[in-house]
Amino acid sequence: MSDWEVVIGLEIHAQLATRSKIFSGASTAYGAAPNTQACAVDLGLPGVLPVLNAEAVRMAVKFGLAVEAQIAPRSVFARKNYFYPDLPKGYQISQYELPVVAHGHLNIDLEDGGTKRVGITRAHLEEDAGKSLHEDYHGMTGIDLNRAGVPLLEIVSEPDLRSAREAVAYAKKIHALVRYLEICDGNMQEGSFRCDVNVSLRPRGASGYGTRTETKNLNSFRFLERAVLYEVERQREVLESGGRVVQETRLYDSARNETRSMRGKEEAHDYRYFPDPDLLPLEIDAGFVESVRATLPELPDAKRLRFEDQYGLSPYDASVLTATRELADYYEAAAAACGGEGKLAANWVMGELAGALNKAGLDITASPVSAERLAGLLRRIADGTISGKIAKQVFEAMWEGGEEADRVIEARGLRQITDTAAIETIIDRVLADNPTQLEQYRAGKDKLFGFFVGQVMKACQGKANPAQVNELLKRKLAG
Amino acid sequence: MHEMTVAELSAALAAGRISSEELTRAFLERIERLDPGLNSFITVTAEGALEQARAADRRRARGEGGPLTGVPVAHKDIFCTLGVRTSCGSRMLDNFVAPYESAVTERLAGAGMVTLGKTNMDEFAMGSSSETSHYGPVRNPWNPDTVPGGSSGGSASALAARLAPAATGTDTGGSIRQPAALCGVCGLKPTYGRVSRYGMIAFASSLDQGGPMARSAEDLALLLQAMAGFDPRDSTSVEEPVPDYAGELDAGVEGLRIGLPREYFAEGLDAGVARAVEEAVAQFRRLGAEVREIGLPNTRLAVPAYYVIAPAECSSNLSRYDGVRFGHRCADPTDIDDLYKRSRGEGFGAEVKRRILVGTYALSAGYYDAYYRKAQQVRRLIRDDFRRAFGEVDLIVGPTSPSTAFRLGERLDDPVTMYLSDIYTIAVNLAGLPALSIPCGFVDGLPVGLHVIGDYFREGRLLAAAHRYQRETDWHRRAPAGFGG
Repeated sequence: MSDWEVVIGLEIHAQLATRSKIFSGASTAYGAAPNTQACAVDLGLPGVLPVLNAEAVRMAVKFGLAVEAQIAPRSVFARKNYFYPDLPKGYQISQYELPVVAHGHLNIDLEDGGTKRVGITRAHLEEDAGKSLHEDYHGMTGIDLNRAGVPLLEIVSEPDLRSAREAVAYAKKIHALVRYLEICDGNMQEGSFRCDVNVSLRPRGASGYGTRTETKNLNSFRFLERAVLYEVERQREVLESGGRVVQETRLYDSARNETRSMRGKEEAHDYRYFPDPDLLPLEIDAGFVESVRATLPELPDAKRLRFEDQYGLSPYDASVLTATRELADYYEAAAAACGGEGKLAANWVMGELAGALNKAGLDITASPVSAERLAGLLRRIADGTISGKIAKQVFEAMWEGGEEADRVIEARGLRQITDTAAIETIIDRVLADNPTQLEQYRAGKDKLFGFFVGQVMKACQGKANPAQVNELLKRKLAG
Repeated sequence: MHEMTVAELSAALAAGRISSEELTRAFLERIERLDPGLNSFITVTAEGALEQARAADRRRARGEGGPLTGVPVAHKDIFCTLGVRTSCGSRMLDNFVAPYESAVTERLAGAGMVTLGKTNMDEFAMGSSSETSHYGPVRNPWNPDTVPGGSSGGSASALAARLAPAATGTDTGGSIRQPAALCGVCGLKPTYGRVSRYGMIAFASSLDQGGPMARSAEDLALLLQAMAGFDPRDSTSVEEPVPDYAGELDAGVEGLRIGLPREYFAEGLDAGVARAVEEAVAQFRRLGAEVREIGLPNTRLAVPAYYVIAPAECSSNLSRYDGVRFGHRCADPTDIDDLYKRSRGEGFGAEVKRRILVGTYALSAGYYDAYYRKAQQVRRLIRDDFRRAFGEVDLIVGPTSPSTAFRLGERLDDPVTMYLSDIYTIAVNLAGLPALSIPCGFVDGLPVGLHVIGDYFREGRLLAAAHRYQRETDWHRRAPAGFGG
């Protein structure tokens, strides 16, 4: 493997979260009955004309600004001509020679702790096609045009990625970014975010590129990673056995974990691109760009640095907590409500809360414990009312019962015992009950200290302040 | 009654001398009696027309409506009409009943006009003779052995035969003006973007423009007034205020500078046509216009550039006719390729196929630069020619067509000669300018058309010049034998 360098570029189709389609007023809502959200324009009826949705343009510009790209003052919609039953007009309206966004970049984190700048060649607006349905039609094909005309932003990277992991890191970063920008819901199951990946191999140190294949429609990060790994391995075998990689489009089959040839170069379509005469060139002035810039939220990288700085978090914690805008918002709300205990809040959000959410298969936005409630719990840890260990019990009760921390603590009598006399009484009883161990300890068997701590905590149901227990126990054991 | 212009009918309706219902019955009766020999209509909507006429009469009785309320109109079968077959002259759309209304027909219906039916045309507006229609050729009322021109030949023929007082047409390379010239009627192609293309079946989107056809310039003004205006459903329609065309009609031509392009009075122009046009120019001079020769040096490039751009756009525009969702579908397709091939093979006629092939070729990888891109460059040169000319003159005048109506079948197998019959009109579409054709004489009993071209959005000036001319002449009042009073 070390003889070959892997070269990867990604084309990501992000469905823009507009309410209506890119060139018609039909709804984009997912899951409606087939063909109930397809108007005359979407059906490509004779005489209909496209009218550009300004919101889609706004979203494309927002993305362009977020990746520090150039926003074209003039871009052109072009027709990509090909016949397909779910392509109503016999052409797709896309952008070809002049895209709306060009020359951007994004930094991804590498495993060695460094970062890598990945070039974004372009991002252009286009319409989606409909869906062909092959099941339940007895040898025929059903066509659902609800998706026809849904706005897409196609984001094309430079061939800057060098491994499956880098490809996944880049895709995840774009995914987080479009969700931060609220321009795409990122739902990969519903096809709102799809990746095509270009893979080629070249001898390490070579400057040219090898022949690439394009693998289409990867609808999860796991499939993206597997498809790249498979494709790298397949190409390596071809090259090492003296063969040549064929330029072609391939399809990833997740059931078999392999890629298969879909169409070769010789079958490649001649799309006969030309400017769409039904649409004027898209002109964007500086005022529009600035108005969009004013709506940009804090972006993931900036937020991460701020979290490190403001809450004293490690780079890792900050990056986990800023992975999505919703998680970051939750964390910040919790940290603020618990009096700025940033590190404590981070541990709980990433630990107990994340674990529970994961187990229940819930998203942060659906958490049964709100950020404010969690903060209520964290305050009781911080002020010593309960120990961290007891806090886990309280959290479980809050998760199940939906109650506030204070109420759980009171109702179950979980308040920490800090009264020295009370703790001493318990210690005395424990020592009295375990004379053999006491003798051994005093004879020099230091390791039994832990045993006594355990017995004391057990006797007080974990409620005694651990530090106090340690100190008092040491004194008593010394006799 | 059928001899009256729209303006005259409008006055009669307003004065209560006739009702729209009477008028509509009269035209329907003429269509039934006379159209079998002309074939100018594909669909006659008699029932709907009478209903609309009665509604118009009620509207007038309430003191409502405008100048067009109750006046009948015939629509080229390229405009989608809700609930009425819209065939575009093609077998492909023989079964197509539009589920929506085009902007042009909607606006005219809103003005109270009564739709008599849908007129015949070259298939998908591709032709200059109205012979390529799936519904058979249209005949010219001046001589049924000759063509009416095309592609709006059904509308022109119906107007000349007094089967309708007003009609709509579309003009991609001369399809309003050339049939108007060959049938001795008036037709206006507005500035590109002046009239909405929404609901008008596309041939070549960057060239197509709907416009009015009638028997006087005054009528064109009344019709354009109702048709013109910005439409948010058409991104290429222009947000430019619509002037009061009728109010500008009497502006005259005194002091106007008229340019005669030397390239238009050159080889290929029929001598009789040239004489008629020269006589009209002399008339303008007598009316106070200043006439001078101008140059449009890139004229000879217009036809070749057009026959790259128009087919290229059409090859893409007509891809939607695939037999999947509407229109003709072949019987028992074996698979999707078979469905495409046979549906399109059966649904389209020879001329449409020829243009799809030419356009597909012109856009193909490796040929795009040599053809499509080059043609777009030529298009800019042609536009620049006109820009320069309109720096010197107010109107450009010449023949609409190099000859009068030719015989049926004469040019069907000779597409290049057919294409050249649009030599004077095509450049106007490439530049997006407004232009009209009005009758200016006869050669061997067949009408000659005068072509008047104006600067962008100066339809008012064009109409005023034509109106001034028509106050001095009666060419536009002449009716073909058997169709007049």
